[in-house]
Amino acid sequence: MAIKIYVPRDSSALSLGANKVAANIQAEAAKRGVEINLIRNGSRGLFWLETMVEVATAKGRVAYGPVMPKDVASLFDADFMSGAAHPLNLGLTDEIAWLKKQERLTFARVGITDPVSVEDYVAHDGYKGLKNALAKSGADIVKEVTDSGLRGRGGAAFPTGIKWNTVLNAPADQKYIVCNADEGDSGTYSDRMIMEGDPLVLVEGMTIAGLAVGATQGYIYLRSEYPDALVTLNEAIANAYQAGYLGEDICGSGKRFHLEVRRAAGAYVCGEETSLLESLEGKRGLVRFKPPLPAIEGLFGKPTVVNNVISLATVPIVLDKGGKFYQDFGMGRSRGTLPIQLAGNIKQCGLVEKAFGVTLRELLYDFGGGSASGKPIRAVQVGGPLGAYLPESQFDTPLDYEKFTEIWAVLGHGGIVAFDDTVDMAKMARYAFEFCAVESCGKCTPCRIGSTRGVEVMDKIIAKEDHAKNITLVRDLSDTMLNGSLCALGGMTPYPVLSAINHFPEDFGLKKGQVA
Amino acid sequence: MRLPQNKSWREVVSDEILVSIDQHIEAHLNVPGALMPLLHAIQDDIGYVPESSYPRIAKALNLSVAEVHGVVTFYHHFRSHAPGKHILQICRAESCQSMGSEALEAYVKKTLGVDYHQTTADGAITLEPVYCLGNCACSPAASMDDQVCGRVDIARVNEIIAEARGA
Repeated sequence: MAIKIYVPRDSSALSLGANKVAANIQAEAAKRGVEINLIRNGSRGLFWLETMVEVATAKGRVAYGPVMPKDVASLFDADFMSGAAHPLNLGLTDEIAWLKKQERLTFARVGITDPVSVEDYVAHDGYKGLKNALAKSGADIVKEVTDSGLRGRGGAAFPTGIKWNTVLNAPADQKYIVCNADEGDSGTYSDRMIMEGDPLVLVEGMTIAGLAVGATQGYIYLRSEYPDALVTLNEAIANAYQAGYLGEDICGSGKRFHLEVRRAAGAYVCGEETSLLESLEGKRGLVRFKPPLPAIEGLFGKPTVVNNVISLATVPIVLDKGGKFYQDFGMGRSRGTLPIQLAGNIKQCGLVEKAFGVTLRELLYDFGGGSASGKPIRAVQVGGPLGAYLPESQFDTPLDYEKFTEIWAVLGHGGIVAFDDTVDMAKMARYAFEFCAVESCGKCTPCRIGSTRGVEVMDKIIAKEDHAKNITLVRDLSDTMLNGSLCALGGMTPYPVLSAINHFPEDFGLKKGQVA
Repeated sequence: MRLPQNKSWREVVSDEILVSIDQHIEAHLNVPGALMPLLHAIQDDIGYVPESSYPRIAKALNLSVAEVHGVVTFYHHFRSHAPGKHILQICRAESCQSMGSEALEAYVKKTLGVDYHQTTADGAITLEPVYCLGNCACSPAASMDDQVCGRVDIARVNEIIAEARGA
């Protein structure tokens, strides 16, 4: 039988040459007359080892990495197809400590299966959640999700079950499930990994959501910067239709659900749910006033569930193993697991799914191995461009929504970007305003004008013009944006700005410990 | 903004292009929220959304020309003028900054002799900023057309540019 060889199709792996590696493996196998079955899987999430090639052996899957295209011939020479020794041999994939220390629930299949194969998906516990959901009433599905304690993984952390319940109880002739896949935060890529590595779990989650609230049409609003995810999602959706898991009669239940991917067009603000809905309707992505909530009047004025990719991709395991199972992970009011993304100046960047409660220090040093540059880590930004910068003294904070709120920070979508001691925090504060100015939808004044004024004031501070006065001005401006903006873009830009000033005053011409 | 040679601001598009635009419009008439998928289809096909197509789109979707213009210009992805043969995007977001993207940006601008949103004099490459390619585990990131590249240093970006110019 042909030996199975896995080479990721994840776009980060592709960015390091995975396609060339795959092509060389095919060519080398053909040259040597060896029969192989090359599977393009998702990434296991150990990006410093990409391209990570795996071979299925009698003992289990053996990993090799990082494989460069030029290494392929030597892998064949060493008989890597039997899992033999080679300088790049990483041993059995399942025994890699970095993976073993994780609790992969949402990411259970990513990197393991062929992402677009329904057969492989079902063979690895896929569609068990849907089977259970089909036997339940909508209200019972919603109850299971509520019991799991799952909160919106996009960043706002609103309880998913409560949102679904509102849509369930909103009478309408048409309801929608919208997946927010406009993952624009710097330092985050877990949505992309799901969509490229296990898209069917998202398809299943959305189908269950549709059954729960009585929606028959779903849209995945995917950012245009993810062309590879678009291809994988469309293949997976087509295969799900083919296998009867989407369409007019799901698994012979007589219930229907249709799903379509819609492409975004590079506007960060469209990650805000109401702006996203405007965009789906074919308009400029201007933020809507709330109320009405999208759960009551959402897409095309109909009740709409808008959930992040990770929230929806977590629903299948909740319905498979029960709300109680999922609820048993985590701490405090943060239940379950969070797919954390290590990014920026970190030696071992990658995807770590852990129960809430793990500390930043464990993530940065035990998993991350410290900075990539070898210099001390000076600051980390958690939760994307609108998240606070944290100094080393806060690295022992456990990942928990409420614990982060206590230190005036946010977990957001679980992205962690590290900076070494060469970072200039005043420049980062300026950048936060600049980003807000580029991406503001322009509907509300604090965001539209405040962001540009913020850049100007930061320029004066950087030029050492009238420090004390301008710091006071930035604080005053931040207060206006924080309290007066319509959505989180303007409303949270002060997080990176003020945290930078408060924790790193010396970069703003203030004395350490002196908070102006 | 520097445009490719022989192009004026009010671009005159060929009848052939107008025919294919009309075909895309026709294919999207019954799509709910048709404008975004339609603009994508047009840009995927001809590389941009010509201003001269706005009245046709507006009429078909029962919108004003101003609304179409508003949508095209709101989104960073859409362009109303023909770009160079290839589009090079450099990520400007925090993760890439932490790994030295600012030096990379400066180098690329100097090497190509253009700023962001401009096209090289030979019409080969349009340089665009991008705010996150989702490749934050392999910062700094850049992309040439739809191909994302990770851990891009000066040697790598030179390769990417040379490959594009050779193609």
